[in-house]
Amino acid sequence: MNSADAETRSVVVEREFPYPPDKLWRALTQPHLIEEWLMKNDFAPVVGHRFHLRGEWGGVLDCEVLEAAPNTTLSYTWNFANDDPAYDLQSVVTFTLTATQAGTHLRVEQKGFRPDQRQAYGGARAGWPQFFTKLEQLLARPL
Amino acid sequence: MSVAHDLLFRSLGDPTRRAIFERLCRDGEQTVGALTERAGVSQPAVSKHLAVLKRAGLVRDRQDGRQIHYSAQLSALAPLIDWTSRMTGFWQNRFDRLEDLLKRMDQ
Repeated sequence: MNSADAETRSVVVEREFPYPPDKLWRALTQPHLIEEWLMKNDFAPVVGHRFHLRGEWGGVLDCEVLEAAPNTTLSYTWNFANDDPAYDLQSVVTFTLTATQAGTHLRVEQKGFRPDQRQAYGGARAGWPQFFTKLEQLLARPL
Repeated sequence: MSVAHDLLFRSLGDPTRRAIFERLCRDGEQTVGALTERAGVSQPAVSKHLAVLKRAGLVRDRQDGRQIHYSAQLSALAPLIDWTSRMTGFWQNRFDRLEDLLKRMDQ
């Protein structure tokens, strides 16, 4: 294992939804539906399609579809370019849908954090106001 | 949410306390007197806020003669900025929204 692999982080969140996979697939792949739960976008379920996800906070993510197997797997890059290496992010998001008796098991995995993002506070004083704004938004949400 | 997280959130949830903490981050070590000058509240109130920040591990104090100097402990924020836990929270939140959307799609 090289050092780059060793530093890769991955996040997994899983949930079961009481709906069939094709319904979840629509929510994951139709732009007007994606916007309702994730972000504004110009997504298309076509491998190689490049699109942007635009966050409410003004950030824009550069994405490219890597895999789109209907009702099963959707994968795209999730990159956030920033001059400050502490905020520069290159990652891949993969949604996996599995039909169950009760509906669909949805798993999302996000992979590929850089080591310095683990503790982005290092030398990032310029980012403080931004951080506190985000923290305020976080606190305003029911936890 | 862990107890440590809870304490951090509550400590930074108060705007005056957050302003004191931000000032320590920006300007470095300060005495209670210096902090009071700009805090817009009384010295006992500032001391109380500092005690809360200290309990959360966000500030450290150092006795120097009759003066106590306070400094920010940025490392205490690590749990909040850890990308892994932040992104986990992000996706959980988005799955909540997805669930709401799927319910509406039924109608």
